[in-house]
Amino acid sequence: MKNRASGLIASLLLAVSHPAFADYKLNLQTPVNDLAREVYGLHTFLLVICTVIFVVVFGVMFYSIFKHRKSRGHKAANFHESTTVEIIWTIIPVLILVAMAWPATKVIIAQKDTRGVDMTIKVTGYQWKWGYDYLDEGFAFHSRLKTPQEQYENFGGEKPVRNADYLLEVDNPVVVPVGKRVRVLLTANDVIHSWWVPAFSVKQDAIPGFIRDTWFQADKEGVYRGQCVELCGKDHGFMPIVVHVVSQEKYAAWVVEQKKLAAASQDDPNKVWTQADSVARGQKVYEANCAVCHKPDGKGQGAFPALDGSKVVTGDKAGQIDILLNGKNAMPAWGKTLSDTEIAAVMTYTRNSWGNKTGEVLQPVDIKTARK
Amino acid sequence: MTTATHDHDHAHDDHHDHHPTGLARWVTATNHKDIGTLYMWFAFIMFISGGVLALCIRLELFSPGLQFFRPELFNQFTTLHGLIMVFGAIMPAFTGLANWQIPLMIGAPDMAFARMNNWSFWLLPPAALLLMISFVVPGGAAAAGWTLYAPLSTQMGMGMDLTIFAIHIMGISSIMGAINIVTTILNMRAPGMTMMKMPMFVWTSLITAYLLIAVMPVLAGAVTMVLTDRHFGTNFFNAAGGGDPVLYQHIFWFFGHPEVYIMALPAFGIVSQVIPTFARKPLFGYHSMVYATSSIAILSFMVWAHHMYSVGMPVTAQLFFMYATTLIAVPTGVKVFNWIATMWKGEMSFETPMLFAIGFVCLFTLGGLSGVVLSIAAVDIQLHDTYYVVAHFHYVLVAGALFSLFAAVYYWLPKWTGYMYDEKMGKFHFWWSMIWFNVTFFPMHFLGLAGMPRRIPDYATQFTEFNTIASIGAAMFGFGQLILLYNVIRTIRGGVGPAPQKPWEGAHTLEWEVPSPAPFHTWETPPPVALVDKLSAEQKLH
Repeated sequence: MKNRASGLIASLLLAVSHPAFADYKLNLQTPVNDLAREVYGLHTFLLVICTVIFVVVFGVMFYSIFKHRKSRGHKAANFHESTTVEIIWTIIPVLILVAMAWPATKVIIAQKDTRGVDMTIKVTGYQWKWGYDYLDEGFAFHSRLKTPQEQYENFGGEKPVRNADYLLEVDNPVVVPVGKRVRVLLTANDVIHSWWVPAFSVKQDAIPGFIRDTWFQADKEGVYRGQCVELCGKDHGFMPIVVHVVSQEKYAAWVVEQKKLAAASQDDPNKVWTQADSVARGQKVYEANCAVCHKPDGKGQGAFPALDGSKVVTGDKAGQIDILLNGKNAMPAWGKTLSDTEIAAVMTYTRNSWGNKTGEVLQPVDIKTARK
Repeated sequence: MTTATHDHDHAHDDHHDHHPTGLARWVTATNHKDIGTLYMWFAFIMFISGGVLALCIRLELFSPGLQFFRPELFNQFTTLHGLIMVFGAIMPAFTGLANWQIPLMIGAPDMAFARMNNWSFWLLPPAALLLMISFVVPGGAAAAGWTLYAPLSTQMGMGMDLTIFAIHIMGISSIMGAINIVTTILNMRAPGMTMMKMPMFVWTSLITAYLLIAVMPVLAGAVTMVLTDRHFGTNFFNAAGGGDPVLYQHIFWFFGHPEVYIMALPAFGIVSQVIPTFARKPLFGYHSMVYATSSIAILSFMVWAHHMYSVGMPVTAQLFFMYATTLIAVPTGVKVFNWIATMWKGEMSFETPMLFAIGFVCLFTLGGLSGVVLSIAAVDIQLHDTYYVVAHFHYVLVAGALFSLFAAVYYWLPKWTGYMYDEKMGKFHFWWSMIWFNVTFFPMHFLGLAGMPRRIPDYATQFTEFNTIASIGAAMFGFGQLILLYNVIRTIRGGVGPAPQKPWEGAHTLEWEVPSPAPFHTWETPPPVALVDKLSAEQKLH
């Protein structure tokens, strides 16, 4: 309550331009690189000009409202035009706008200049997660919301204890070295998404079928958070961005670890899986990709059908493979993003979980055959 | 002989007054006043419907977590709230006002195409119905935002198809309404009323009508391309088939930016009628007002991509659209300065229409200034698609367009109904709306600056306080509009007493030369040139 009151008072004072107020969440987030600082300064400059204009113009208006009122016996003057005055109040705004546009032009040119970068990361927007490819290092991973569903699904009136970084935390954050100029290439798998990290002042739409680029540089180690800012469907609000800015040494160690992980997770496409292994692997795939709509208990919700007892899941394998690979209505075509091993595993899992007891084990080669 | 002819004419006139009664009167309406009334009530019903959706949005955002609506339903609410308010409430309300007022203000007996006028109104209820029933079809209503960006809009269920058809129908209605307004103004002005003697509201309606004719077909084209992408295998916006998703945005905003002025210019016109009346002083700089309005209309075609600074345009495009956008501030500034100069050394009184007009000038300017901040592409990169933008456009559309409509309703209600509204209640409605509007939307600037994206059903906990404040404000603002409804119904039923022919002593336009309530037929004989000249002289028009 005290916080709210102090926030309001501060807002009334219009003191939002001072960086110290960033903690009160009244202004842009504290910038951590030169570009973001320039944008921050530019916004402050604009805010001051606009506030001055507002106060002066409406000062005149309110003076008039108090003085020139009928109830005070003021008699109407009869003037109705003045070319001189009108020329003046056309020219002055033009000059003010030039004063605003000039520094802005320099910042825009800097924003758009993606030359001279130290490293490149390709960012792919998916419904509803981000994919990161470290093109120079040759590994890639997906990054999903880490906040557990029970913290945000409170339809029963639950009042859960929420994580400190509620809705702004991911399983696999982006890691970049401090002080390096990072080029970001963006694209999307399905619809338009937009990648935004406010502290870096970087925002760029990710457009399916096209590659866009932008850049950022973080001058201070730390964890920086952002969100998808282009409406991309159901879970648009649940695909945050987390960037860890670390020292060069830590970054190098992280890259080594990521490469090892990538090598370890390479599946042998010809491996023959046992039911237990396939179910265990499938459960991981299911929780990462399917549970958000079909729910962890397979009961589905709303437009998303239940898998528990589903005719598709307990019926002929070919039907389920087709839907998984090619999608149907709101169901994405997972053939594009999951490997044969993963699709086989998740099928084994769904066909042998909850009330489903088919006893079948799908093998990667089954999916490979179906893809042809 | 002469007398006989005269009598015959009178009999003829009386015969005209025998219009159908009951439901048939409204279904077969061709009278501009009846059609104006239909438009206004339709707009009010849509305003309430869109308002209920807004309150559902604010209910879900009252506190963190999802308590009431699943995200997919939440997205349907934001989408339909936008579409209903823009196409169902604001635009039809201005068309309704134009229908009621333009013939009265230019001394014409009716609109030019009376039967087309009937058709252009009666297209609207089916369109609204399509939007409403889209909530109950499989997959629910459109959930891609009111902008219906592809390829998200190509993913939706059949609710999207219903929305596309609704937009087609509303577009046809708007175009027919616009053709009617243009023809009426250009051809049916009373003798002596040259273009430069027309009231400002007539001018802004004329320019708005041209904008509508220019851009509604563009929107129809955009949504038709979405429709064929969805069902007929075209790939306008599908990169896999050689299309470009960003193309949709260019086409949409080529419509969308002039659309902003379609909702703002008539508001400028209303305020330019109301302020001189209650300042008892002629409008300052009538000529520059006309030129400023025209400049805004022309510039509005050259700034569309300022809605797209984050799609990744080349630096030259980024700069061109920034410079062009900032230029719009100049004619808009001229208008604000002219209104203040009109008030300056006037003899002001503060009846409800004047209060709403002043509220409009203040808050519209605030929305204009946040617009200047957003126009600067470098800063917009931080603010695009955040709550800052939500705050900005609600300042120009709610405190702008909607407040001007409130001003218009109170201003002309005595002429329409023949009774005076309750002034005290009107003033209460103003202060209530003014306060709660700001409580709702001012904190959204802070939310946007701090990093809250728009169109999300749940948010990080540091955004809680301002969201809670905004939700409380929205509920108060929303329920407060019932005051208007009550006051209007009460006025129709007698109000606080009969209205004189000219209830506002500072008014000098033609509509105040007919009795209150305005009879079913007015200006069947055009007003005499001497009267038009006298009124023009009072307004210092020459």
